[in-house]
Amino acid sequence: MARDSQAALIALNRFGFGARGGASGDLINAASDPRGFVKAELARPNGVLLEAPGLQSTPQLGQAVFAYQDQVKQAREAAKETAKAGGPAETPAQAPADQTPGLRRNLSLNAAAEITGQMAEAKPTENTAKSETMQPNAATPPAAKPAPQPLNVIQKIFRAEALARLQRATLVDCGFTERLVVFWSNHFCISAGKGELARIWAGSFEREAIRPHVLGRFADMLRAVEQHPAMLFFLDNQQSLGPDSRAGQNRKRGLNENLAREIMELHTLGVGGGYTQGDVTSLARIITGWTFAGRQGQLGAPGSFVFNVNAHQPGPQVLLGKTYDAAGLAQGEAALADLARHPSTANFIATKFARHFVADDPPPVLVARLRDVFVKTDGDLKALATALVDSDEAWKAPLTKMRSPYDFLVASGRLLARVPEDPGVYLNGLNLLGQPLWSPAGPNGFPDTSAAWAAPEGMKLRLDIAARIGARLGNNIDPLDLLEFAAADAASTETRRTIERAESRQQALALLLMSPEMQRR
Amino acid sequence: MTDCLENRLLTTRRGLLLGSASFAAWAYLPKFARAADGRDPRLIVVILRGALDGLSTVAPIGDPDYAGLHGSIALTADGAHPAIMLDSFFALHPAMPEFARMYRDRHAAVIHAVATPYRDRSHFDGQDVLESGYAGPGRVQSGWLNRALEALPRGERVSSGLAVGPTTPLVLRGNAPTVGWASVALPQADDDTAMRLVELYRHRDPVLASALSQGLQLDKVASGDDMKATRGNAVAQMRQVARGAAKLMAADDGPRIAALAFDGWDTHANEGGPVGRLAFLLGGLDGALAEFESCLGNRWRDTIVVVATEFGRTARINGTDGTDHGTGTIALLAGGAVKGGRVISDWPGLKLANLYESRDLKPTTDLRSVIKGVLQDQFGLSDRVLAETVFPDSASARPMKGLAA
Repeated sequence: MARDSQAALIALNRFGFGARGGASGDLINAASDPRGFVKAELARPNGVLLEAPGLQSTPQLGQAVFAYQDQVKQAREAAKETAKAGGPAETPAQAPADQTPGLRRNLSLNAAAEITGQMAEAKPTENTAKSETMQPNAATPPAAKPAPQPLNVIQKIFRAEALARLQRATLVDCGFTERLVVFWSNHFCISAGKGELARIWAGSFEREAIRPHVLGRFADMLRAVEQHPAMLFFLDNQQSLGPDSRAGQNRKRGLNENLAREIMELHTLGVGGGYTQGDVTSLARIITGWTFAGRQGQLGAPGSFVFNVNAHQPGPQVLLGKTYDAAGLAQGEAALADLARHPSTANFIATKFARHFVADDPPPVLVARLRDVFVKTDGDLKALATALVDSDEAWKAPLTKMRSPYDFLVASGRLLARVPEDPGVYLNGLNLLGQPLWSPAGPNGFPDTSAAWAAPEGMKLRLDIAARIGARLGNNIDPLDLLEFAAADAASTETRRTIERAESRQQALALLLMSPEMQRR
Repeated sequence: MTDCLENRLLTTRRGLLLGSASFAAWAYLPKFARAADGRDPRLIVVILRGALDGLSTVAPIGDPDYAGLHGSIALTADGAHPAIMLDSFFALHPAMPEFARMYRDRHAAVIHAVATPYRDRSHFDGQDVLESGYAGPGRVQSGWLNRALEALPRGERVSSGLAVGPTTPLVLRGNAPTVGWASVALPQADDDTAMRLVELYRHRDPVLASALSQGLQLDKVASGDDMKATRGNAVAQMRQVARGAAKLMAADDGPRIAALAFDGWDTHANEGGPVGRLAFLLGGLDGALAEFESCLGNRWRDTIVVVATEFGRTARINGTDGTDHGTGTIALLAGGAVKGGRVISDWPGLKLANLYESRDLKPTTDLRSVIKGVLQDQFGLSDRVLAETVFPDSASARPMKGLAA
């Protein structure tokens, strides 16, 4: 029995987002057939897609940004005119200031307070309708906050996309496919901090380029990603012009290697994967013209991917020793297809995959097997995921990986059976803990090692968040029941005793959320 | 000694932390048929979560077995930090000079060897029983104070801002509407929780133990704090909560009935005697009572503060200079309406044979009798309502008479 619970813990925590509280029976179900429990989701490829009312396509969202920018511009000009005419200066419309993702160092303590306060208040279980807050006098904290600015369309969309993703992660059975989405989304990351288009597209990028291929082919995902407007914008390819193309000649501008380099360094071959600077330049030339239609719509529907032949470098190119003759879009698609099945790519992906799910230093045997599967199936990602679940190594390795902040917050919400209603709670928590949603600091994504997420300051902040959740929600829960849901007899004696001996339910919940059983995966 | 206007937000990183407190109040003024007699009674219930060591707070120095049982942390009538003699037998912890003064002025009383009907030793269940008013654990839908409010005639609404407050303590949870006030934003975990987690990590996850310890340490260095200063902040925080609550309650249209909870009383290790961990906490509680007195002004005259905890601690100290979960403990009453200056106790004695299960102070007074007596004196609730609604099935615990002046 203890062994089964241990396997259930691996099924739920290593592969998924942890057991759900309430009547889910997750741990029992996982214990009866751990592998089957994890693999059940792989049989439902459509289940990976995310369609929710109100979520729009990338072109629609691009057009929303263009319209918003026009509005702001008009409002600003109108204000200027009024001022010129000597009339009363009007407040210009809210500037579309890009919300740079809050990196940890930029955050105030108050942000921390807000986060967890909100997290707890997202869905109060008790009679808060009857609860009100009083302030003894104006001088007493909490001081009155200025009325919040209404959200602009970009912020609204970002929150709606975030909420849809969080709700899916909270409600899904095991969460293996959602974990795969997070893995691939981080592998092919963009950053919403790049600008307004990146922010509004962050969610649609994942829905359109990542999710349809998470249980499909790597080559298809690669092409979808590199042709997605969000990626082209994030890594500047819409600015890259073939030096000898018509546009390049007219505008005296040329290549931007940014996307080409990251395709090889981060998306396929990996550093040391056998490419040279010459290859980077070649690939950059090959994908010139890969862009998206702007607000004028001269090349196509604004905000949609287009191949701009006028920007494309003419002529054959040599990449990794192979000559690509085909002209136009097909040249780049052929190059990507070859990169996808390059041996370095198989090795790079297999290593990263095993490192994410199993251990910072994954067993070489496992990496080798995953690599072989990747090669033999021509990058079938469902086969890759299946091979991982079928391996013995993934079930034998101790749970040494640290849950990322996203994993931690989602797992906590699942255990507490609280469906997110306000994404702000989670978004602020992720900012504080150094994993702002869809906003890594660079194109290499968020780190994937335990050391990165078990840093001293991070642990302390996690504890603060856990304590805050405990203070708000501890009143109404039995922490020992939750421990049963989360780990049952796979919980250590020490953890059980620590929770039993806590001096209050509030403290017990905080300690449970911070226990190794909830932090490690 | 108390400046009610001072309400400085503590802003250092660890400044906001240690211990936690919450405050909530009834959203209405009670409407009394006999409002003509000019009395405007107020009631404040303070819950000490974690189980207070009653034998260290009001020490039975006159009991020949006390010093031996409480060992290194026992209070004494002499020495560098002498306990304050309340009578010839009981002495008050030296960290509570304000309570001692109220006691001398006959505005404070101690009830010793009390317990709820709960006889096991789980904090959670014990707090359920203490706050729910039911005879056993597991009833967490409403608290006895809320049910008492339901029995009171409802007058005007109290003044209040409109925002969601913190979680209402169970004692005040239920159908009667409440208002909450979060005096101190508590974005950070308290030290006790942090230490328990470090301890768990030490046994199960040394890497996390080291990371968390460093995180906590860095924090202290950053704010120039040491442990003493941190504890000082806990005291400041308890005072701050009390001050804010008292100011609300002092207003003409402010709440009359409220509950607070202070955490951190689970002193398993290094409890300390006249100085140390418990002494700091008691100093905070003492300060909170002083804030109530000072900030309630004229209203203090009609006020009773009831201080209660879920159970007591072992009579004999354990191997880590602390005490484990026990049974009998104390309840404190303070306020201008208290008929004070006395320790009310049917003292069971500390001889081994007299201890409950040979380890704990034997409870001889039912805490419900004390609370029922206060509710009856302050608000005129009938025996029947008290025995059936407020504390269901408690007819045997009859209201204690004459607690109010």
